[in-house]
Amino acid sequence: MTELTTLTVAAALRGLEAGDFTSVELTDAHLRAIEARRALNAYITETPECAREQAAKSDARRRKSGGKGKVGAMEGIPVAIKDLFCTEGTLTTAGSHILDKFAPPYESTVTTNLWRAGAVMLGKSNLDEFAMGSSNLTSYYGPVVNPWQRKGDPTPLVPGGSSGGSAAAVAARIAMAATGTDTGGSIRQPASFCGIVGMKPTYGRCSRWGIVAFASSLDQAGPLARSVEDAAIMLGAMAGHDPKDSTSANIPLPDFRTAIAGGVRGLKIGIPKEYRSDGMPAEIETLWQQGRDWLKDEGAEIVDISLPHTKYALPTYYIIAPAEASSNLARYDGVRFGLRVEGKSLNDMYELTRAAGFGAEVKRRVLIGTYVLSAGYYDAYYLKAQKLRALIARDFTEAFERVDAILTPTAPNAAFAADAKMDDPIQMYLNDVFTVPVNLAGLPGLSLPAGLSAEGLPLGLQVIGRAFDEATVLRVGQSIERAAGFTALPGGLA
Amino acid sequence: MAIDRKTVAHIATLARIRLAPEEQDALARELDTILHWVEQLGEVDTAGIQPMAGVGNVTLRQRPDAVTDGGYPEKVVRNAPAAAAGFFAVPKVVE
Repeated sequence: MTELTTLTVAAALRGLEAGDFTSVELTDAHLRAIEARRALNAYITETPECAREQAAKSDARRRKSGGKGKVGAMEGIPVAIKDLFCTEGTLTTAGSHILDKFAPPYESTVTTNLWRAGAVMLGKSNLDEFAMGSSNLTSYYGPVVNPWQRKGDPTPLVPGGSSGGSAAAVAARIAMAATGTDTGGSIRQPASFCGIVGMKPTYGRCSRWGIVAFASSLDQAGPLARSVEDAAIMLGAMAGHDPKDSTSANIPLPDFRTAIAGGVRGLKIGIPKEYRSDGMPAEIETLWQQGRDWLKDEGAEIVDISLPHTKYALPTYYIIAPAEASSNLARYDGVRFGLRVEGKSLNDMYELTRAAGFGAEVKRRVLIGTYVLSAGYYDAYYLKAQKLRALIARDFTEAFERVDAILTPTAPNAAFAADAKMDDPIQMYLNDVFTVPVNLAGLPGLSLPAGLSAEGLPLGLQVIGRAFDEATVLRVGQSIERAAGFTALPGGLA
Repeated sequence: MAIDRKTVAHIATLARIRLAPEEQDALARELDTILHWVEQLGEVDTAGIQPMAGVGNVTLRQRPDAVTDGGYPEKVVRNAPAAAAGFFAVPKVVE
């Protein structure tokens, strides 16, 4: 029998339906693989008891349905949950010391939806602290190791971030798929670094209720998986209107799985000239050109477009996201949950708790956010950034009058070594140069593996679509996936 | 607008984060670099542009004015570092 951990979600669903194996068997295979690959540090908390119990219940539901197809869209599929989603009674850390021992008394809407669809939780995956980072190096629980290595070079590489544990787990076959969140690229960039598919849906598509908040006007949950079809299946199970999130969109959910099969004939694909930066490595430029050629061969029309305010997206983001974070993270004060460091007064306790509980990058961003929102600077920084955000969003609106989707590289580089970029925050922020504009505009974006670098590392292409048109994004993604035929495996798994 | 050590100390107080003196110096340099970098936004003429606070719904929906949750104080305070009689406990603030 094929090793169960190598299956796609779609293939595993067929196998479960046909009775080739049970969810308990599928789940046990993953639990064994997790134990064998603990060195990756992909999980903060493993939940084997919960997984076996959920798997047994899933098998019972499947038996009861008698093969009549009345089971959930993810029935019996073991997944990893980014440790930013609140899971009732299970430690939820956000990768931060300040949430020590926090066991939420409630379950996030996205995970509730997944369990209702039959999914099984293997554990809570590692991440950058409060999802702030592009390398997974800022986690209080230590860095995650990318299962990919450069050819003939065992130097450990970062998995990207912030959903680095989720991406590494899916790439290393220790989860069939995983949830992520994406505020500036935190699903798409690690997907690119780990050679898997990651999708940030339209803002409002997935409920934010019960997800530890970073920047509320940008945060959005989405799937990481090993095929575009798997991402479509999981997105359908995660998404949907939720009255508990006032920004959750009350619009119909298409069947993403059937919507993606259409191909790209007749679609217009935009190529934004501003994404061609001077410093872009030649192999990423080549891959991007390859993507254009593939889509043209499949019958799409390639259209040159301009998104003139692209270069301002990163500085805009690094005002807006820290501003919202400084406000959201005010709740961590040692009173209601997590870490408390005693002090002489209430104020003393607040300051000592936050000093001990937050890591360096979180402090940096909370302080920037506090500064740009403080009296005298609000207009110069925050209001100015909000106006730039409007211009960046308008660029996309105008482009989508001419094209159906936009193709770009996902990241300006492949995975890098753990010690490479930590000394310069701005250098680290540049990882998100191609993904951040999509969050500012609230649009859906998909990253999928399209080729290998000269060093043998995966490189991703990004497809951006109109608001609530994930179906077209997935369709374009599936066409590229078919053409690219990406079958490379991370070292040690091949 | 250069960020100095005094400014860092002030915003750290606003943010309720205690900083050691050497942390203040390092953060002053880092924040100054980052804020200098974001100031390139000044190049763009944004006269007459409406600031964008978020995407999607311009007006937020209203919910029915009804109690839909609650009534379990012990569950609410279960994660508190200190709690007493269903309340969060903090250091004494009134003499």
